[in-house]
Amino acid sequence: MSETTGKILMLLLTAAWLLPLAGFVVEIYWLRLSHRLHKGAAYCAVGCIGLGFLCSLSALLFWGYQNNWSALTESDHHAHAVAGTAAHASGSDQQSAVKHEEDDDDDEDDGDDDENEGGHTEHAHAHADDADHAHDPHADHAHAAPVRKYATGTYYELARFSGLRVSLDWYIDSLTLVMFVMVTFIATCIHLFAIGYMKDELTEEYEDHEVHLHGGGHFSRPGRFHRFFAYLSLFCFSMLGLVLAGNIFQVFIFWELVGLSSYLLIGFYIERKSASTAANKAFIMNRVGDFGFLIGMMILWTSFGTFQFGDRGEGAHAEAGLFTMVRGHDGKLDVSEDGKQVYLRNAEGERAEKNGVPLTISYVLLVAAGLGVFAGSIGKSAQFPLQTWLPDAMEGPTPVSALVHSATMVAAGVYLAARFYPVFTPEVLLGIAYIGCITLFIAATIAVVVTDIKRVLAYSTISQLGYMMLAIGVSGWGAALFHLVTHAFFKSLMFLCSGSVIAGCHHVQDMNRMGGLRHKMKITAYTMLIGVIAIAGLAIPGTSIGLSGFYSKDAIVASAMAYSELNPGHFLLFITPLVTAGITSFYMFRLWFLTFAGAPRDAEVYEHCHENPRIMTTPLIVLAVLAAGCAWGGEGGPLYRLIVDSETVPAVNRVISVGSSHVTLPSHQGHESDVHHVHATAGILALVSALIGMAMAYLLYVKKAVDPHQIRMQFSSVYDFLVDKWRFDALYEVMFVAPVHVISAWCVDFDRRVLDTILHGAAKVTVIAAKWDRFFDETFVDGVVNLVGNVTYTVGNSLKVVQTGRLRQYVMWIAVGVIALFGALFSAIPK
Amino acid sequence: MGDIGLSQYLMVGAVLFVCGVVCMATKRNVIGVLMGVELVLNGSNVNFVAFSRYTPLGLDGQATALFVIVLAAAEAAVALAIALNFYNNHLTIDVDRGNELHG
Repeated sequence: MSETTGKILMLLLTAAWLLPLAGFVVEIYWLRLSHRLHKGAAYCAVGCIGLGFLCSLSALLFWGYQNNWSALTESDHHAHAVAGTAAHASGSDQQSAVKHEEDDDDDEDDGDDDENEGGHTEHAHAHADDADHAHDPHADHAHAAPVRKYATGTYYELARFSGLRVSLDWYIDSLTLVMFVMVTFIATCIHLFAIGYMKDELTEEYEDHEVHLHGGGHFSRPGRFHRFFAYLSLFCFSMLGLVLAGNIFQVFIFWELVGLSSYLLIGFYIERKSASTAANKAFIMNRVGDFGFLIGMMILWTSFGTFQFGDRGEGAHAEAGLFTMVRGHDGKLDVSEDGKQVYLRNAEGERAEKNGVPLTISYVLLVAAGLGVFAGSIGKSAQFPLQTWLPDAMEGPTPVSALVHSATMVAAGVYLAARFYPVFTPEVLLGIAYIGCITLFIAATIAVVVTDIKRVLAYSTISQLGYMMLAIGVSGWGAALFHLVTHAFFKSLMFLCSGSVIAGCHHVQDMNRMGGLRHKMKITAYTMLIGVIAIAGLAIPGTSIGLSGFYSKDAIVASAMAYSELNPGHFLLFITPLVTAGITSFYMFRLWFLTFAGAPRDAEVYEHCHENPRIMTTPLIVLAVLAAGCAWGGEGGPLYRLIVDSETVPAVNRVISVGSSHVTLPSHQGHESDVHHVHATAGILALVSALIGMAMAYLLYVKKAVDPHQIRMQFSSVYDFLVDKWRFDALYEVMFVAPVHVISAWCVDFDRRVLDTILHGAAKVTVIAAKWDRFFDETFVDGVVNLVGNVTYTVGNSLKVVQTGRLRQYVMWIAVGVIALFGALFSAIPK
Repeated sequence: MGDIGLSQYLMVGAVLFVCGVVCMATKRNVIGVLMGVELVLNGSNVNFVAFSRYTPLGLDGQATALFVIVLAAAEAAVALAIALNFYNNHLTIDVDRGNELHG
C-alpha cells in the first residue's frame, strides 16, 4: 500500500473513528442544549455514525480503486497479482518486490474465477497475465521484504522508555477496512432501530415495571434517552479505535473502553437488581481474561521491546513489528535446533541480531504470550470457561444486545485473536481450537432448552463465536473472519427482530407466551426467517447457493475437516462443529416456530401485539438483505477475498508444527490446498446436518409429531442440566464465590479476634502511658516552673520595702553606699 | 601654709560636694534639694578644672567642666518644671510627700 494511499485512508478512517466521540460529547451534555423530550440526541448519534459509515465506505472504495480491485479478482497468491496490477495500473514501480519464490501457474484457469461476475473474470485473466510478467523478472528477489499490504503510522507518541515507544498508532489493511464498514453500518442500523425502541424514555417520568418498590407500585425516574445514545456513541468509538489501533497497548486501551461501554449499557436499567448484577458480572469476568491479556502484553514487551503490529520505515532504518519479528516474511517460526528458542527477525525477514548475538525468545514464553492474549479474547468473546456473562448481558436494552452480540464487544475478542494469529504458536492454536470447540457445543445445547427469546440468541452467539475461534485454531483464518462478518449481519438482524417482537408484545420475552405472531408482524417474522436460515446455514441442495451463513459456516467446517484429516487424533474438532451445525439449525428454527408459527398460546399477548413503526422495520429489511447477500460468492466472493487479502501469515502450503504438539496445519489457499479437497464433502455434510436439525424442529414444534414435553419428561435429568446452563454458574458459585465467602469469613474472624485485640491492647497501653505522662507533667515539670515563679514573687515582695519613695532617704543611701564603697576599697587595697 | 597645689583644690571640691550631699539629704524643700545638686555639680567642676591644671589631662578637663555647666543648666530647667507641676498637684513642694511610687 503506497504511502499516500495510506495517508488518505488514515484520514478517512480517523474521521469515522472520531465522529462518534464527538457525538458522545454532544449527547452527554444534551440536557443543557435541549430537554428530555427531544430526539435530537438520537439524530446526532445517527448522524455521527452514519457519516462514519460513509467515510469507511469511501475508504474501502478508494482502497479498492487504488488497487484496481485486485484483491477481488486474483485467485490464489494474491501477492503476485497485487504487485502485477499495481505496477500495471499506476505505471509506478513502488511495488516491485514479490512475496514468494514458488510459482503458482494456474492463476488463469482457477475455477473460483467463474463465480465472479463477467467483468471481474476478464480482469482476472488480464491481471493474472500481468502477474506472471511482473513476477518473472523479480524471481531472484524472493528473499527481499514483500510489499506491505498494510499502512501504519503514528498519531501521537505518548512516551518513550529507552527502546519502547508508547504511542497512538494506526494500522490499516483490508481487514481494518472491512471491519470499519461492517461496524459502522450495523451500528447505524441499530441506532435507527433504537430511536423507535427507546422512545418510551422520552419522558420526564419513566416508570420501570421491573422495579417493585416496597410500598407497592413501580419505580419511576426521568427518562434517559439522550444518555442511551451517548453510550452507544462511546461504544462505537471504542470499537472503531480498537480496530484501527496500531499497537497492542492501544488495543488494550480501547479493549477496556469497550468493556466500560458495555458495562454502562448492560447496566442501563441500573435500578433493576438483575441489570446491575449482570453489568458487574460482565465487567468482572472480563477482568479475569484481561489479567491474562496483561501478562501476555508484558511478555511481548520484555521479549520484543515493541508493541507495534506492523513494520515501519524503509530500508536500513526499518523497524520490525511484532508480526514480522515472530514470523518473518515467509510465515514460519524460526525455531532453534533444540526447540527451546525462537529467533526473532528484523524488518528484512532475517534473524535479528544485537551486538552480534541473535535475539531470541524462549518458546515457552511465546506460548505463554499467545495464551495470555487469547485469555483476553476468551473473556471478551465469552468463550469457555468465561462464557456465563454473555447471557446475563441480555438485561440491557435489546439494541445494546444487538450491538454487543454482532459488531462490537464480542467481535473484539475474535478480532484480536485473528490479529494476533501470527504470534500464536501451533500449541496455542490447538488450545484455541479446543476452547472454541467446547464453547460452541455447550452453548448450542443450552440454547435448545432456553425459552427466553433473547437468551436463545445469546447462546447462539456464544456458539457462533466458538465456531470462529475453532476456525482460527484450525488455521481457517479467513473463514473465521468471514464468519465474524456474516454473523454480525444476521445476528444483529435477529436481535433487532427479537427487539421488535419484544417491543410489539409489550416486553414479553418468553417464547411460551408467543406463537402465531407472523400474522401480526409480517416484516419482523420474515426478516427473522432470513436470519434464521442464514445462521442455520441452509442452501438449496445440489447447488452452492445459500444465504451468508451457509458460506461462512461451510468454510469453517471445511477447514476443520481438512485439519482433522491431517491430524486424525483431533477428530473431535470436526465432529463437534458438524453436529452442532445441526443443533444450531434446530434451536434457531425452534425459536422461529415457537414465536411466529402455529397457534397463539397466550391470547392476551397476541391481542395486544402489533407491528412496529417504519423506523424500526426499515433497519430490519436492510439488514436482512445484507444477511442474505453479504457473503455472496462464498469463498470466491468479494467479501472473503477482501478479508483474506490481509492475512498476515502469508499463504504457506502446509505448516508443519514444531514443539511437542505435532499438529499439521492444513493449507487453505490455492487449488491444490488441503481445504479445497474436502470442501465439497464438508459442505454436503454441514448442509445435511442443518437440514436434519430443521426437520426435527419442524416435526417437534409445527407437526407436533412428538410432544416436546414428553421428551423433556423422559430426559428430565439432561433437561435440568441444560436449563441450569451446564451448572456453570453453580460450579463457579462453588469454586470461586463460596471459597471467597469462606475466606472472607476467616478474614473477618481474624480481624475481630487478632487485629482488633492488638488494636485494643495498643489503645489501652497508650492510655496508661498517657496517664503517666500527665502525672509527670503536672508534678515535675509544672512543679519546677511554679517554684521559679514563686521564688521570684517572694523575693520581689520582700524587696519592695526598700522602695520607700522618699527622695531624701535615697540620697542618704547613695551617700552611705559611696562611703561604704570607699571604705571597702581602701580596706581591700593594701597601701 | 605652703604653696597652693592640687590637693587644696581637691579639698575645696570635696567640701563643696559634701555640703551639696548633706543639703540634698536634709532639705525637704525641692528648691533646697536643687541647690544641693548645684553644689555637688560645682564641687566636681572644681575637681575637673584642678585636674586639667595640674595633671596631663589638659584642656579635656576644662571641656568636661563646660559640659557639666550646660548639663546643670538643663537639669535645673527640667527640675524646676517638675517642681512646678508637683506643686500644682500637691499644693506643696515637700519631697517627702511625693512618695506615690513606694513599694
